[in-house]
Amino acid sequence: MTDPVLEIRGLRVDYGLGDAAVHAVRDVDLTLHRGEVLGLAGESGSGKSTLAYGLTRLLPPPGVVSGGQVIYHPADGPPVDVLTLSPAQLRKFRWAETSIVFQGAMNSLNPVHKVSTQLLDVIKAHEPQSTAAGRLARARDLLRLVGIAADRLDSYPHQLSGGMRQRVMIAMALALEPQVVIMDEPTTALDVVMQRQILGQLAELRERLDFAVLFITHDLSLLVEFSDRIAIMYGGRIVEEAPAAQLYGRALHPYTEGLLHSFPALRGPRRELTGIPGSPPDLRAMPEGCAFHPRCPKAFDPCDKKVPALGAAEPGRDVACWLHPVAAGGPR
Amino acid sequence: MRFLLQRTAFYLFTAWAAITLNFFIPRLVPGDPVQSLISRNQGRISADAIESLRVLFGLDANENVWEQYLHYWGQLLHGDLGLSFTFFPAPVSTVIGDSLPWTVGLVGITTIISFLVGTALGVGAGWRRGSWVDGLLPATTFLSSIPYFWLGLVAIAVFAGPGSFFPSSGGYEAGLVPAFDGYFIPSAIQHSILPAATILVSSMSGWILSMRNMMVTVSSEDYITVAHAKGLSERRVALSYAARNALLPNVSGFALSLGFIVGGTLLVEIVFSYPGLGYQLFQAVGAKDYPLMQGIFLIITISVLVANLLADVAYLLLDPRTRKS
Repeated sequence: MTDPVLEIRGLRVDYGLGDAAVHAVRDVDLTLHRGEVLGLAGESGSGKSTLAYGLTRLLPPPGVVSGGQVIYHPADGPPVDVLTLSPAQLRKFRWAETSIVFQGAMNSLNPVHKVSTQLLDVIKAHEPQSTAAGRLARARDLLRLVGIAADRLDSYPHQLSGGMRQRVMIAMALALEPQVVIMDEPTTALDVVMQRQILGQLAELRERLDFAVLFITHDLSLLVEFSDRIAIMYGGRIVEEAPAAQLYGRALHPYTEGLLHSFPALRGPRRELTGIPGSPPDLRAMPEGCAFHPRCPKAFDPCDKKVPALGAAEPGRDVACWLHPVAAGGPR
Repeated sequence: MRFLLQRTAFYLFTAWAAITLNFFIPRLVPGDPVQSLISRNQGRISADAIESLRVLFGLDANENVWEQYLHYWGQLLHGDLGLSFTFFPAPVSTVIGDSLPWTVGLVGITTIISFLVGTALGVGAGWRRGSWVDGLLPATTFLSSIPYFWLGLVAIAVFAGPGSFFPSSGGYEAGLVPAFDGYFIPSAIQHSILPAATILVSSMSGWILSMRNMMVTVSSEDYITVAHAKGLSERRVALSYAARNALLPNVSGFALSLGFIVGGTLLVEIVFSYPGLGYQLFQAVGAKDYPLMQGIFLIITISVLVANLLADVAYLLLDPRTRKS
C-alpha cells in the first residue's frame, strides 16, 4: 500500500448544537491512499454524504464538525489539517487539491452561465496568472477528456443531457488535476447504461491521471467492481473496511453480509436475495451498543451493551463487530 | 428573434383591442362630452356651435359608428387625441405632453432607485442571513403596509409647512417658468424630494423581501455548493451564482412596475398636488373631461404593454432557458 493522501481521524459531524444535536457521523477513521479508489457504501441516512461534506467543510447549517482531524498530504510540503485552514487557505485548497462530483447531476451546473464560463472561472480563480487563451485550450482538452465535443463549451446546461452534464462535472473536477476526487453518488441520477459508460471512463482517466477517489454510493455492487477498498458505513460509523475482493468473497460484519445479499450476482450459483429486515436506525435515538443489533440476525450477549470498536480482525481487514474480536494489539 | 416577433405581434393585437375598447366605452356611457359641455355652459351655446363640437369630438351624427371608429384611428395615427374641456381649447396631446415628464421624472426615477437599492439590500440580507439588513425587514414591511395617502399626508404634516425647506405641494415654485435653467431645476428637485422619499419608503420593502427570499431559495441549490467547493471567492459565488439566478423574478417584476409608473401615481400626485399625469387624470374625472380621460387611459395602456414587452426582452436576455434555439 502506498502513502496516505487523506487521513480522516475521529471525525464527528453533528446536526444542531448542544443536547438536541443529532450525531450523523461518529468518530470515523478512514484513510485514502494515493491513487486508490476507496468505496464508501451504506444505506440512506448512514452518514456517508455528511462525511463527505464534513471533510470538505461544505456542510450546510445546521451541520457542524464537532471533532476530529482531516489530514491532507500534499504532493510536496507538510501535511495540513483541512479543518483548521483559514477561509483563504481553504479556498485555495478546494478543487485544486480535492474536488467533488456531486449527487445532483442535473442541478450542479449554474443554469444561467455557459459551460465554458463555469469551467473557466475555476481555473481562473486558482491560477490567476494563466492567460485567457491558455484557459480556453485547457477547457477544450478537459471536455475532450470526458468524450464531449469541444464546441459544447458554448452550450448552456439545459442544452445538455443528464449524462453529458455529469461528464462536464467530472471534467470540471479534473480541471486542476487534484490529488483527491470525492464522488458523492455521481451516477445515481443516470440510467444504468450511462452509469456504466461514465464509470468506465472514470476508471480510464484515473489510470492516466492517477488521482485518488473517494466513491460514495449506496450501490455496493458498483463498488465491488470499481474500487480497490470498500468501507461500509452504518449509523454514522464505519463498520467494516476491507479490500474489495475480500469483502465480496467473505463479509465479516453481518450488515455487510446483508448488503451483499441484497443484489444478485451475475455469475456463479443462484442464491436467495434476502436483504436486511427492519429499517435504518433513527439518528436521534440510536440503540445502545452496536447500532445494528436490533436488525442483526447474529446478535448476542454484548451487542446491546457496548459499542464494538473498529479494529483489525484479520490482516488488512478492519471490522467493528463483537463476532470478530479485535486481534491482539487492540484497536489500531 | 422569432419569439420576439411573436410577442410583438401579440402586444400589437392587445394594443388594438385596448384602443378599440377605449373608443367604445365612452360611447356606451350615458350622456356624451358635448352634453356635459352644454350643461357646463348652461345652454348658452348655439346650435351651430353644438354641431361643430360634435364633429370635433368625433360624435358627428351624420357618421355611423364604423365611420367614427375609422375616423378615431385616423386621428390617433396623427397623434390627435382631441381637445380637452378642462383646458379648452388646448389639445389633449399637449396636456398629456406637459404632465407626462413630471410623472416619469418623479415616479420613474424613484421606481428605478427603489428597485436597485431594494434588490441590493435583498441580496445582502439573503446572503448573510441574520445580519443587520434582516433587522430592516420588519421596519420596511411596516412602512409599506401604511396606506400611501396617509404616509404622504403625515410626511406633509411633519416635514412641510410654513418656513420649512420642503414645499407641501406643486412641482415647482409658483412664478417660475418651466425651463432648463438655474432657477427652475433646483426648485423642481426641491419639490420632488418629499414625494420621492415617501414613494421610496413605501415601495422598497417589496424589492428587499422578494430578493431576499429568492436568495435564500437559490442558496440551497446544488450549483451554489459546487461553486463553494470550487474555491471561488465569496463575492463571485454570491453575485455570479446566487444573485444572478435570484434576480430573474425581480427583474420581470421591475419591468411590470415600470408599466404602472404612469397609472399608479394618482395618490402621490393628488396628495402632493404634483402636476403629473395622475393629478391630471384626477382633474379630468372631476370635470367629466372625456377626451383627456381617454387620452390618459391610452397612455396607461400603452405603457403597460411596452413594460410587458420589456419584461419579455429582459427575461430573454437574462435566462438562457427561455431562449429557443
